[in-house]
Amino acid sequence: MSKPFLSIERLTQRFPDGQGGTLTVFENASFGIEKGEFVCILGHSGCGKSTIMNILAGLAEPTSGVVKMDGLEVAGPSLDRGVVFQNYSLLPWLSTLKNVIFGVKARYPDWPRDKVEAHARDYLAKVGLEGDVVHRKPSQLSGGMRQRVSIARAFANHPKLLLLDEPFGALDALTRGTIQDELLKIWGGTEQTVFMITHDIDEAILLADRILLMTNGPYARVAESVEISIPRPRNRTEIVEHPNYYTIRNHLVQFLGQRSKEMAGERIEGEDLRPETVRIDQAAAPATEDNPDKPPLRAVNE
Amino acid sequence: MLDNLSINQRAAILSLVMLVVGLLIWEAAIPAQKAAEDLTEYERLMGLGQERAGVPPPSDVLVKAWEQLSDPFYDAGPNDKGIGIQIGYSIYRVLSGYLMAALVAIPLGFLIGMSRVAYKAFNPFIQVLRPISPLAWMPLALFIIQDSEASAIFVIFICSIWPMLINTAFGVAGVRQDWVNVARTHELGSLKTAFTVILPAAAPTIITGMRISIGIAWLVIVAAEMLVGGTGIGYYVWNEWNNLDLTSVIFSILMIGVVGMLLDSAFAVLQRAVAYAE
Repeated sequence: MSKPFLSIERLTQRFPDGQGGTLTVFENASFGIEKGEFVCILGHSGCGKSTIMNILAGLAEPTSGVVKMDGLEVAGPSLDRGVVFQNYSLLPWLSTLKNVIFGVKARYPDWPRDKVEAHARDYLAKVGLEGDVVHRKPSQLSGGMRQRVSIARAFANHPKLLLLDEPFGALDALTRGTIQDELLKIWGGTEQTVFMITHDIDEAILLADRILLMTNGPYARVAESVEISIPRPRNRTEIVEHPNYYTIRNHLVQFLGQRSKEMAGERIEGEDLRPETVRIDQAAAPATEDNPDKPPLRAVNE
Repeated sequence: MLDNLSINQRAAILSLVMLVVGLLIWEAAIPAQKAAEDLTEYERLMGLGQERAGVPPPSDVLVKAWEQLSDPFYDAGPNDKGIGIQIGYSIYRVLSGYLMAALVAIPLGFLIGMSRVAYKAFNPFIQVLRPISPLAWMPLALFIIQDSEASAIFVIFICSIWPMLINTAFGVAGVRQDWVNVARTHELGSLKTAFTVILPAAAPTIITGMRISIGIAWLVIVAAEMLVGGTGIGYYVWNEWNNLDLTSVIFSILMIGVVGMLLDSAFAVLQRAVAYAE
C-alpha cells in the first residue's frame, strides 16, 4: 500500500490527570487520508477528536507519533493546512471582505492589492455573500453568514488540507442545511482534501467519502473507517432514498450508541492501530431484511 | 408640549433650567454690602463700613470670563499673562509627560501582557509604585533633575504611566486565543501578529487606559504647577488667590473643568473609533 497523502502515524496524546498520573486520550492511532478525499470523524465528546484536529493544524503537539503530509512531517501551523473553527474566529474589527483579504494577503504576499481583493470577493460570492454585505462587520452578521465568511477565507487560501472543527455546531438545523449545501458546492469545484469533525451523523453521511469512528476515551482509538457508498453529487432530499443510506446510518448510530462505549478504555497492545475498513453496499450484496447491518453486509477488506 | 421633544432636547432644557436656577441662587446668596451712609455711627466705628471681601457673584465671574476670553493670549510680564497662555503651558506639560509615559507604558505593557513570566516579575514593582501620590515624587524629582519645569513633566509622566501600563498588559493578555490561532494558522510572524491581531484586539482596553491616564494627568498638573510656579493654569489659580482676586480664581476653576472635559472627549472619540463588537 502506497503512503496516503496525509498519514497519521502512531499518534499518542497523554495529559497529566491532575493527581500525579497521566491520562491517555488516545494511543498509537494511525490512519491515512487520500488527496481530494472528504473525511469526517465522528465520536463522543472527550474522545480526542479536537486534539487530533489541533495536532493536524499544528496548534498542538502530540505526546508521540507523527503526522506526515505529502511525505513531510507536520511541525507547527502552516498555510498549507487551513482551519475553520467552530466559533468562526473572524477578526471582529475587520469587515467581512477584509477578513478574507487578511487570509489571502497572508497566503499570497506578492499579489497586488486589487488582485487580492478580487480573489477575496470571488470566494465570498461562492458562499453567497455579495454586495453591501461584504462591508459589514462580523457582529452584524448572523451565525450562518459568519461561518460562510470563515469557509470562504479557508477556501480562498487553497490549502492542501482543509480542517473543519465542528463548523456547523453552533448553527440551527435549517441554516446548517443551507451551509452544508454551500460547502458541498464550493468543495465540488475543487480537489480540496477535507478533514472534518462533526457530531451530526446525517451531516457526515451527506458530506463525507469516508467516516472515521472513534471509541470513547480513555485509550480512544479510531476503530472503523466507514465508506459512504452513495454516489455524488448528493442532495439531502435524495440521499435518504438511496438504499444504502439507512443501512449506513444504522451502523453509525449503533456504533456511537453502543459499541463506542463497549470499546472505551479497552487498551489494545499494538504498534499500529489502524481502523477496520467497513463497506456497506446494499447494491453489491442483497440485504437480509431482519438484520440489515450484520456481517453479510460488512465486507471487510484489508 | 414636552412630550413632542426627544430625550436629548428634554435633557438640554433641564440642564439649562438647572444652570439658571443655580446661578440665581448663587447670585442671591451673596449678601449685599450696605452702603456707608446707611450705617449707624456705632457700626462705622466698628469698621463695618469697609468693603468686605466676599465670594463674587456669578455676574462678576461672567464679566471676568468675557474680558479674559476676548484676549486670551496677552502677555504683560511674568505675573500677568492671558488665560490662553497659561492653559497652553499646562497642556504642553501634560502632553509631553503623557507622551513619554505612553512611549514607555504601551511597549512595556505589551511585553508584560505577552509573557506570564514578565507579568509576574513586574507585578510587585507596579503594585508598590502605582499607589504613590505623584506629588510625593516632586522633592526627589527637583533634587535629581534640578529643573522645576522638567520636574513637573516628570510628575505627569509618573502619574500617567500606570493606568496605561496596566490596561495594555491586561488587554494584551486577554486577547482571545482563537484570534491568535488565526494568526498562527496564517503563518504570521510575531511582529505582524502583534500589529495586525493583538494591537487591534487590545486597542479598546489600551485606549481606556490612556483615557484614565489623561484624566489623572490633568488633575495632577494643577497641583504640580501650584508647587513649581512660574506658568500654567495651576500657578494662575494660586497667583490669583495671592492677589485675592476670587473672580479670577472661580473663572480659572471653570476653565480647568472645560479643558479637562475636552481632553476626555478627544479620547472618547478615539475609543469609539477602535471599538468593536464581538
